[in-house]
Amino acid sequence: MWFRATEAFQWFEQGGNGMAGRTEVMTSRGMVSTAARPEGLALFWQKFGTSYLFMAPFLIFFAIFVVAPVLTAVYLSFTYFNVLEAPRFIGWSNYKLLFLEDDVFIIAIANTLTFAIITGPVGFFLSFMFAWLINPLKLKTPLALCFYAPSITGAVAMGVVWKIVFSGDRYGYLNNWLLGIGVIDEPYQFLAEQAAIMPVIMFVALWMSMGTGFLVFLAGLQTVPGDLYEAGKMDGIRNPLQEVWYITLPMIKPQLLFGSVMAVVAGFSVFEVATSLAGLPSPLYAGHTIVAHMYDFAFIRFEMGYATTVAVFLFLLTFGLGRLLMRMFSSKNEY
Amino acid sequence: MAVLVRRPQTVDFSVAKVLRFLRKQTPAPSYLFLIPMAVFSMLPIVYVISTAFKPLEELLLFPPPFLVRRPTLDNFQDLLLATNALAVPFTRYLFNSIFVVLTTVMLQVLMCSMCAYPLSKARVLPGRNFIFGMIVAALMFAPQVTRIPQYLVVQKIGLIDTYGALILPALAWSYGLFMMKQFMDNAVPNELIEAARVDGAQEWTIFWNIVMPNVAPAWNTLLIFGFIQLWNDSFSPLVFTRSEAMKTVSVAMISLTNGPASIARQGAQAAAAFLMTAPTITVFLLRQAKVIETMAHSGIKS
Repeated sequence: MWFRATEAFQWFEQGGNGMAGRTEVMTSRGMVSTAARPEGLALFWQKFGTSYLFMAPFLIFFAIFVVAPVLTAVYLSFTYFNVLEAPRFIGWSNYKLLFLEDDVFIIAIANTLTFAIITGPVGFFLSFMFAWLINPLKLKTPLALCFYAPSITGAVAMGVVWKIVFSGDRYGYLNNWLLGIGVIDEPYQFLAEQAAIMPVIMFVALWMSMGTGFLVFLAGLQTVPGDLYEAGKMDGIRNPLQEVWYITLPMIKPQLLFGSVMAVVAGFSVFEVATSLAGLPSPLYAGHTIVAHMYDFAFIRFEMGYATTVAVFLFLLTFGLGRLLMRMFSSKNEY
Repeated sequence: MAVLVRRPQTVDFSVAKVLRFLRKQTPAPSYLFLIPMAVFSMLPIVYVISTAFKPLEELLLFPPPFLVRRPTLDNFQDLLLATNALAVPFTRYLFNSIFVVLTTVMLQVLMCSMCAYPLSKARVLPGRNFIFGMIVAALMFAPQVTRIPQYLVVQKIGLIDTYGALILPALAWSYGLFMMKQFMDNAVPNELIEAARVDGAQEWTIFWNIVMPNVAPAWNTLLIFGFIQLWNDSFSPLVFTRSEAMKTVSVAMISLTNGPASIARQGAQAAAAFLMTAPTITVFLLRQAKVIETMAHSGIKS
């Protein structure tokens, strides 16, 4: 589906011949020949102009604010650029620096990978599990809202609450409670101790993870026709686990793919949760992520060339994983 | 959709048995597990809402009471005072947020729908696969990736520190286009459009009078998602604007929590957190049925 402009080629084959005088237009009713008609570009415009006009507003903004930035990023990643002077081409230096000498970036990658590998699959699984559990219930809607609500709250606003919960003094809810039951003797610095920062961030992120994926699964489950389960029983499906594996999952595969892509992107682009809890830079970079590293270099140090190198790396990473997921989901048994 | 209840045929103490029990035989165990989880999930939000109305003495109480005892609006007043010390009044941030979010969301939904229409319904459209492929590819990278070059583009066009910088880049919303196109594929019958074409209707008329009413759940959903995302976004206003007069509530929130004397402003913080949270939840509550309906069509078929 990617990079296949077959329809365009089809048209050029037809339209190209059209220049010679004989034109045939594909319609849903088949090949129709007509006598007098505009040719070449004019014909193209007459046939598809309206379509392109409809798409133009979005595509123009898409080109300016998505396509052009991505291409610019790739170019800038090979330059030294500090916004004040014109970018200076320096070849692979940024990439060498990034992987060989930037220790903080290695920490950022390690943190982001830990985060993505744990919260991605766990969040995905929890979303599916909760969606599956609440789908047949009467109180489905209120429960769905309860699970979904955290994901629509801003990480910044909720950071205030979680900071109180994890506060390092004895006034923090968690410390207060742990002191009360005697697990610890003095307040633990949840947001300053290196070992605790990532787990805290992951916990809060998981709390917010029942988002788009959860809704997509919930909606997908509703579209699975009930008689399919009946048919499954005839075919010897014994228990709910088999039912999920052989009927539910294949039926909502498109939704699962969408949810997994969203989970991957969210996992690798973790930023706001981390900075609103641990700050930027966080103590000993314990909560530093790839996007935080990029933000640091781009908008605090204004080393745009280097920052875009980080961006390109992240882009390739999430894009590659996205493609991988699409392949994984499509190579399974087709229906 | 109701799933028929099945009686167990064999005695079977496996995981599967437990799962079946949890889910179907009786919903009670399911509820026993789900309701505490749901409550836990909602606790921080309830706390934010309740704290916003706590008087000062309750805010400083130890241990902090979870629910408000004597609700008051002092914190909101405090918020106005606290931000008066900043360069601009809080109402300015609020106006910026509301203005930017509403304008953007309406343009986003209109442009996504317009673009989705030919992508979904044109008989032949050269480049359709290429364009849609790019949209799907754009779904697969973190939005922050494009922020730096986006910043350079915005700077080049001279939009830095204007509403344009906050509105225009957000219009290239591939997620919105993707969802709208998937929904149109499924929810608008081709025969309907063909019939209108045979009757000689103009494409715009077909789009506006036939397609748009049919995809109402989808654009309702996009309105909500767009609203939530933009309302919470602090990245764009932080990066694309410089003067305080152009910042939004989410940025004011950050300066309230991170600035000096942030402890003294607990009341104001709570009120600001409430103002950040309440609109998104309200908007979602009002429209959640449409959202679920739309999401059913938003899978990626590979």
